[in-house]
Amino acid sequence: MRGIVSVAGYVPYRRLQRSAVAQVFGNGGGKGSRAVASHDEDTTTMGVEAARLALRAAPTVVPDGLWFATATPAYLDKTNATAIHAALRLPAEVPAFDFGGALRSGVGTVLNALSGDGSGTTLVVLADMRDGMPTSADESAGGDGGAALVVGEDSPGYPAIAEYLGGASLTDEFLDRWRTVGDRRSKTWEERFGESRYVALGEQAWASALKTSGVTAEEIDKVVVTGMHTRSTKALGRKLGVKPESLVDDLSATVGQTGSAHVGLMLASILEKSEPGQLVALVALADGADVLVFRTTPALADWSPSDSVADQIAGGADLPYGKFLTWRGMVTPEPPRRPEPQRVSSTAAWRNEDWKYGFVGSKDRSSEAVHLPPSRISMKGGAVDDMEPIGRADSVATIATYTIDHLAYSPSPPIVFAVLDFDGGGRFPVELTDVEPDSVEIGDRVTMTFRKLFTADGIHDYFWKAKPLRASAAD
Amino acid sequence: MGSHGIKDQVAIVGMGCTRFAEHWDKSLDDLIVEAAGDTFASAGVTKDDVDAYWLGTAQSGMSGITLARPLQLEGKPVTRVENYCTTGSEALRAAAYAVASGAYDVAMAVGAEKVKDSGYQGLNAYPIPNDGTARTLTAAAMFSMVAPAYGKKYGVSEDELSEVLARISWKNHQNGARNPRAQFRKEVSTETICASPRVAGRLGVFDCAGVADGAAAAIVVRAEDAHRYTDKPIYIKALSFAAGSGSGLIDPEYDYTWFPECVLAAEDAYRQAGITDPRGQLAMAEVHDCFTPTELVLMEDLGFCARGTAWKEVLAGTFDRTGELPINPDGGLKSFGHPVGASGLRMFFETWLQLRGEATPERQIDTDRKLALTHNLGGYPGEMVSFVSVVGTELG
Repeated sequence: MRGIVSVAGYVPYRRLQRSAVAQVFGNGGGKGSRAVASHDEDTTTMGVEAARLALRAAPTVVPDGLWFATATPAYLDKTNATAIHAALRLPAEVPAFDFGGALRSGVGTVLNALSGDGSGTTLVVLADMRDGMPTSADESAGGDGGAALVVGEDSPGYPAIAEYLGGASLTDEFLDRWRTVGDRRSKTWEERFGESRYVALGEQAWASALKTSGVTAEEIDKVVVTGMHTRSTKALGRKLGVKPESLVDDLSATVGQTGSAHVGLMLASILEKSEPGQLVALVALADGADVLVFRTTPALADWSPSDSVADQIAGGADLPYGKFLTWRGMVTPEPPRRPEPQRVSSTAAWRNEDWKYGFVGSKDRSSEAVHLPPSRISMKGGAVDDMEPIGRADSVATIATYTIDHLAYSPSPPIVFAVLDFDGGGRFPVELTDVEPDSVEIGDRVTMTFRKLFTADGIHDYFWKAKPLRASAAD
Repeated sequence: MGSHGIKDQVAIVGMGCTRFAEHWDKSLDDLIVEAAGDTFASAGVTKDDVDAYWLGTAQSGMSGITLARPLQLEGKPVTRVENYCTTGSEALRAAAYAVASGAYDVAMAVGAEKVKDSGYQGLNAYPIPNDGTARTLTAAAMFSMVAPAYGKKYGVSEDELSEVLARISWKNHQNGARNPRAQFRKEVSTETICASPRVAGRLGVFDCAGVADGAAAAIVVRAEDAHRYTDKPIYIKALSFAAGSGSGLIDPEYDYTWFPECVLAAEDAYRQAGITDPRGQLAMAEVHDCFTPTELVLMEDLGFCARGTAWKEVLAGTFDRTGELPINPDGGLKSFGHPVGASGLRMFFETWLQLRGEATPERQIDTDRKLALTHNLGGYPGEMVSFVSVVGTELG
C-alpha cells in the first residue's frame, strides 16, 4: 500500500496582524494573523525549507523523484524544482519537475504521488505566496507557506505513517477565481455562484471517496476542507456528516490560506497531532473537488516532526504592515544609496552548485581544517587537492561576533551580519535573517536557512543565511 | 631566499600632492596633471627625464594609458598597478625596485583616484562576475567587528572603548585642521564624534575615513644620484608587503583583535631597516586609519605598544602630534581623506614634508629622530594586504 512516509509544513517567521490593515487604511483586514514570507523568501526557498524538515524526520529516504507545485513560481520556463533539488543535494538521477500555475496543482501533485503505479518514493514539495491589493480580502485571508511530503510504498525501510485508503476527484470548468498572466491580483466571480458549484462538487466527491475507501463519515477522526473559497469550505464542512469535533482548525486564523500549499500544510498539521489508527480526510476545493482519505499506522508512533507546524505558528513575530507592503512590492521606500547588486553569473553559479545551493565546503583530510567555501589548497598545512566535501547546511553554529550594516545594499536594510563557528568545525561570515537586530548577542546559536539574497536582471540569487535557533527548532 | 630590502639604495627626490577633497570641478586627468607637475618641479626634472612610470589607481582607469594620456608621455614604459587600498604604495614600491635593479635611472610613482564621480557615498568596488555567494558588506561593517572583539579580549568596557575611538578621531581631526591639503579642516569635539549617526555596528560617521578625490606622486633615483636633484633626499630604508591568504575569514582561530598581515609586514620592514625599537626610533608614523578601531589595533600590530595597551596609550596622548610618537600628523585617512590609489603616496608625502622640516610651523613635528614609517592596508580583517615602509633623512 502507498502512503505518507514523512511530512512537514513550513510557516515563515513573520506575521501580519490583520488589524494592522485597517489602522493604515481605515478599512480592510480583519481578525487574527497571517504568515508572511520574508523579503528573502519565495516559493522555491520555502519549498526547500519544508523539504529539509520532511527529510530530516525521515533521514534514510532518498526520493526517486521531486515534484514541486506552486501557483506563484519564482521563474517561468525555468524549472524551480531544480534549485530545491540542488539545495537538498539529491543525485542527478532523481528527476525534478514543476507543476504550477493553478491552485489545484498542489493537491493534484499529492494525489498523483499517492495513486502512483506503486513503485518509487516521491518527494512532493508545495509552496505558495498569497496576497492581493491592499485592503483586499485576498491580502488578509491569504498566507505564505510551504509543505513537503515523502510519498511512497510502505516498507520496513520507509514505513508509511499514514496509509492512503483512497479518494475521489471531480472536475468542472467554471469561472470562480482567476488571475491573468502578469497580474498582481486575482479576480473572483460573485461568491454565491462558486458556493453553489463547490458545495455540490464537494458533497459528491466526499461520498465517492468514502465509498472507495470503505469508511463512513461517522468513523472519520479528523477532516479539513481547504480552498480559497472560504464560504464554500465552511458550508461543505457542515454537510460532511462527520462528528462535529472531527472538523479541525484550517489555520486561517493564524497562517491564512496558503493556496496550492495548504493541502500539504494541513496534512502536516493534522498528522503531527494524530495517534496511530486514526482516520484522516482532506477535501480541497479548487476548480472541482478532490478528497483524500488516510488511516494512520503504528509507524506514526515512532515518527516525530523535526519542527512542528504548531511550534512554527507559535514562534512567529509580528511585522509592521508597511514592511509587508514593501516586501510584496506594493510600496517602494527610499532604497539605500548604494549601487544595486549585479546579476549572478550563471556559469560561476553552476560551477559552484554544491557550495551555492548545498552549502557544501571542503575538509582537509590531513589537518581536518574546514573550508567554507571549498578550497583546493588547505589553509592549514597546504595540502593540495586532498579534501572531502563537507555539508554544513544542517549544522548548528555559534555567533563568534557580529555587526549591523546600515549602509550596505539590502532589499530590507539594515543587514545583520555574523561570524559563525559551526559545531564540528568551520567558520563562515554570513547574513542573519528572521532576526531583530537589537536582540543578537555573541554566543547565540543559529541554524542555516536557504534564502534569496536579491534579484537582478530577473535572476534570483539563492544562497544560505543563518537564523536564530529557536526553541521550537531544537532537535 | 629571503626578503633583503633595498636599504639606502634608492631615494625620493621630489614629491607632490593635491589637496584631497570632493573635487567636483576636477577630473582624474586634472588631479594627475597637478600632482605630477608639482612633483616634476619638486625634483627639478621634466617628464622626459623620467625613464619609467607606475600609476596606482584602484578603479579610476585601466592600463598605463590612464597616466600616459593626460601627461602626454611619448613611448615611456607606463604601468598601472592595483592592490586594494595599498595601490599607491605599490606604485612607489615598483618604481623603487626598478631603480634599485639598475633598470632605470629615474622612475616616478603616481597615485590617483577619482572617487566622487560615482554618485554614491563611500567606496564601491568594481563588480566582478561571480556566483552570488560573496559578502556584500561595507568595509565599515567588516572593521566594526574589531571594536567589540578588542574590548572583550582586553576587558575594555563599551563606554571606555567609545572614548578611546573618539579620541583617535579627535586627534586626527586636530591634525587635519592644521593641514591645508586635508579634506576636513575642522576640529571636532569628542561629544560630536560620539553623537554621529551610526554607519555599522558601533561605528559612526566620524569613525570612518573621509572619501575624497586626489593624487600624489614621487620621483625616485639611485641614492648616490640623489643630491643631483635635492639637498634633502629621503632615503628608502624598507619596503615590505604581506598579502594574507584570506583564511582569517574562515579560520575559527582568528579573533578580530589584530591584523596578522600587518604584523608580518612590520616585522619585515623593521628587519630591512634595522629598527629594533620603533617607538623609540621613529619620529612619526602614517598609518592606515580607515576606521578608528583600525588605528587602535595597528598601534599594537606595528609594535608601538604592547598587546592590550593601545587603548590606554591613546587616552594618554602618546600618539598625539605633540606626543611621544606622532601618528598621522597630517590628519590620516580620517581627515586628510582617502582617494584609494593616492593614499599610500600621500603618506610618503607627509614624511617628505615632516622629515625635511617643511610642514607649516603650527604642525611641524620634532625631527630629532630621523626615521618615519608609513603603513598602508587594503581589504578587511581576515582578508587583507598590508604594506609598511621606513624612510629616513640619513644614510646608514
